[in-house]
Amino acid sequence: MQTLTHLERLEAESIHILREVAATAQNPVMMYSIGKDSSVMLHLARKAFFPGPLPFPLLHIDTLWKFREMIAFRDAVAASPGIRLLVHTNQEGVAAGVNPFASGSSVHTDVMKTQALKQALDLHRFDVAIGGARRDEEKSRAKERVFSFRTAQHRWDPKAQRPELWSLYNTRIRPGETIRAFPISNWTELDIWQYIYQEGIDLVPLYFAADRPVVARGGQWLMVDDDRMPLEPGETPQMRRVRFRTLGCYPLTAALESPAGSVADIIEEMLITTTSERQGRLIDSDAPASMEMKKQEGYF
Amino acid sequence: MAAYPAPENARLERFLNEQLHKSLLRFITCGSVDDGKSTLIGRLLFESKMIFDDQLATLKSESRRYGTQGDDIDYALLVDGLAAEREQGITIDVAYRFFSTSARKYIVADTPGHEQYTRNMATGASTADLAVVMIDARKGVLTQTRRHSFIVSLLGIRHIVLCVNKMDLVGHDEATFRRIVADYAEFAADLGFASVEAIPVSALRGDNVTAPSDRMPWYSGPALLPYLDTVDAARATDAAPFRFPVQLVSRPDHAFRGFAGQITSGSIRPGAAVRVLPSGRQSAIHRIVTMDGDLDEAVSGQSVTLTLRDEVDVSRGDMIVEDRAPAEVSDQFQATLVWMSEQPMLPGRAYAMKLGTRECQVQVTEPKYRIDVNTRAHEAARTLALNEIGVCNISLDRMVAFDPYRDIAATGGFIMIDRLTNETVGLGLIDFALRRASNIHRQALDVDKAARAGLKAQKPVILWFTGLSGSGKSTIANIVERRLTAMGKHTYTLDGDNVRHGLNRDLGFTDADRVENIRRVGEVARLMLDAGLIVLVSFISPFRAERRMARAMVEDGEFWEIHVDTPLAIAEARDVKGLYKKARAGKLRNFTGIDSPYEPPRDPEIRLDTVSLSPDAAADLIIARLTHAGLIEEA
Ligand SMILES: Nc1nc2c(ncn2[C@@H]2O[C@H](COP(=O)(O)OP(=O)(O)O)[C@@H](O)[C@H]2O)c(=O)[nH]1
Repeated sequence: MQTLTHLERLEAESIHILREVAATAQNPVMMYSIGKDSSVMLHLARKAFFPGPLPFPLLHIDTLWKFREMIAFRDAVAASPGIRLLVHTNQEGVAAGVNPFASGSSVHTDVMKTQALKQALDLHRFDVAIGGARRDEEKSRAKERVFSFRTAQHRWDPKAQRPELWSLYNTRIRPGETIRAFPISNWTELDIWQYIYQEGIDLVPLYFAADRPVVARGGQWLMVDDDRMPLEPGETPQMRRVRFRTLGCYPLTAALESPAGSVADIIEEMLITTTSERQGRLIDSDAPASMEMKKQEGYF
Repeated sequence: MAAYPAPENARLERFLNEQLHKSLLRFITCGSVDDGKSTLIGRLLFESKMIFDDQLATLKSESRRYGTQGDDIDYALLVDGLAAEREQGITIDVAYRFFSTSARKYIVADTPGHEQYTRNMATGASTADLAVVMIDARKGVLTQTRRHSFIVSLLGIRHIVLCVNKMDLVGHDEATFRRIVADYAEFAADLGFASVEAIPVSALRGDNVTAPSDRMPWYSGPALLPYLDTVDAARATDAAPFRFPVQLVSRPDHAFRGFAGQITSGSIRPGAAVRVLPSGRQSAIHRIVTMDGDLDEAVSGQSVTLTLRDEVDVSRGDMIVEDRAPAEVSDQFQATLVWMSEQPMLPGRAYAMKLGTRECQVQVTEPKYRIDVNTRAHEAARTLALNEIGVCNISLDRMVAFDPYRDIAATGGFIMIDRLTNETVGLGLIDFALRRASNIHRQALDVDKAARAGLKAQKPVILWFTGLSGSGKSTIANIVERRLTAMGKHTYTLDGDNVRHGLNRDLGFTDADRVENIRRVGEVARLMLDAGLIVLVSFISPFRAERRMARAMVEDGEFWEIHVDTPLAIAEARDVKGLYKKARAGKLRNFTGIDSPYEPPRDPEIRLDTVSLSPDAAADLIIARLTHAGLIEEA
């Protein structure tokens, strides 16, 4: 009898979770952030429902500050067969002129991401939103459930979460309440990369090293993706061979200098890497325990 | 797989291959607060290089702020995730941690040690292959150690690592270690563990965690991590018979009809004979469909889509099983429940249940006993409170397929959900079916006799005392009722005094009235039985036919005829109420024994010889017989 590799076990578990969502939700949606975790989730969803189509649409919360390459990649995915992609932007935030420079990262993330997500869920009356969070990403996520329960106000209450026994998920909710389902909860960053490598999953090219225009700020490299980025006195964009470990809004996501131009190179580099993935996301460093606070407010 | 070129570097290729074939070990850590679980896990993460520089920097600053180790690193802070917990310095929920070694990938369920968190422990244990039981060397085996070990054994974990921690605080003393190991072995002897590996460690200093420590030269066994890397602890799901709970029916077009799910045990090949449960329809596997192509074989753990050779009706919640070794089908079983809600379990209340992919309604019809998790003693219980464990009979609103939990965990464990709040309130482990599919007799899930009796934690029964006037029926019935009440039973006594004066006021003592009298008393007793009560009826009831009529109103075993057997001469000599004298004097007509016959029972459940038995002794005898018959619990 064959035994499953750990990636096969993770894949099978994720497929099981995705199918539970499809079987029990009234109106599910899959969050699509264009990043590597979303690409893996999309691949898993295709496997879960093969030979049928995806039984839910994808939802992209567009803050209007995504890297241009991300948007191009998203549009290509949306054009592929069997995919229905919804894009939502918080127009009130746009009208109020919210942006990462003038408003600061916390306000921008709250208005354009957290509030926007709640708006979209309310607008389409989605009852289950599938997200790509992983337990290994950050300490406060280590306790996250696979099916994470949210009140009608989209709040996450750590004490109101349901115990998850075996692979039996309690998917019952009352009208107005929602669930965030995390099918890749048990994957680590390395697992994600290995799976991408094994399955040949397409990614936004930003993950791979290339010469890109960057400025150094706060000890990190920020890419100048377009001319909306105000340069501080003395800053001039320079070309550096950089790549991204995570992708978010471009002014909030730091690049790292790296020659890794392929998935294999990235995996090799990861083995000697000494900083954690979230370090590239500037939102975490706002305040202690900030992920937890954001989660309570409805950010994933 | 062509999208990415193979690595040019042979070392990397070897690495990737190794990574891919690593096995996964899931374990749970348990212990009391401050035994050092967080420190140990933090240390494992640190030693296995899962801590990055930036996290280490954060850790150093946090150690100074919140830590308990002065300027030294407090590894526990690496794993105490939520801000609320950090402030309180306790771990309040199950957290999952990830690390890997060159041999294995690990997922650790980190569960808090508080007494009240049985729920979290059960959650963590449900997916674990092994448990690391932490003991503080200074404290030895505690009540909570017993509790945790019992819970992990209940959930089916068979492999234990007994981590005797803080050896540095007992001077690395061998005798201390040996004593704890012996204590543990004694108490765990009947918990059914296949292996218990005891390791003396200091989580704080790192002794015997990743490598043998020279501070404990007397210990020749493996250090913790090397042991975990090699122990064979996987739950044996691949050797078990094939089980496939159907999640979804996949019908993308008319040509294709597949059943999507995850194989929970066993393996399957195209052509294999299968059965769909609970319907029992037989068929054979046609294809095993995946996006990567059809498979020749699929094994336990894999998520696939199956098609069948025949047009069989299959829907979500059904189970496809091996034809030669099918699962059981029933709508009633005995199960062990672990209660996880602040709201106590209510017998008779309908809960939602999820078993595999089946959702249905369930009702606890009869709580049998609660298990004291510390001593494992059985105690009478009518409900279960938060974190209590009990054995109950339960009944479902439909037939379902399942396996006893000890045989196949994935198809023998279930959760219970409150239908109003949707809270997950309990977990259940199926012990065995109470009724097989072959003799189906549906019990409605409405509030019924069993439900009402269940709420009172008792079995309803009618104790029918018959005998001459003055034989001692009421005296004995009173003592029995007092004893039952003292045991927490709900009772009611029907006797001449409370029935003749009201309900039967219109009846005299003619034979016809005596029959009607007994018919009414029988009906009232039956209603009270249906209300779940233990009913004591104390009536002369002289005629066999009427007693038989009363008996026929209820189910077998619910009517106990108790003959209070006192010879006429003795009853007459006692003549407590002076009735015999009146009857002899002709002032009372139709008096039983004088001018109306008494037909003694031919085959009573109990006969009491009141000449040789005192009323108390007679009551003792009744209680003993009821206990022996399982109608009441051992006092
Ligand atoms: N001396 C000593 N102290 C320890 C050891 N392991 C843990 N501790 C300390 O015991 C306390 C409780 O540890 P912690 O890991 O938070 O326990 P938990 O509640 O089981 O997670 C902390 O002050 C630790 O530093 C050990 O091996 N030796």
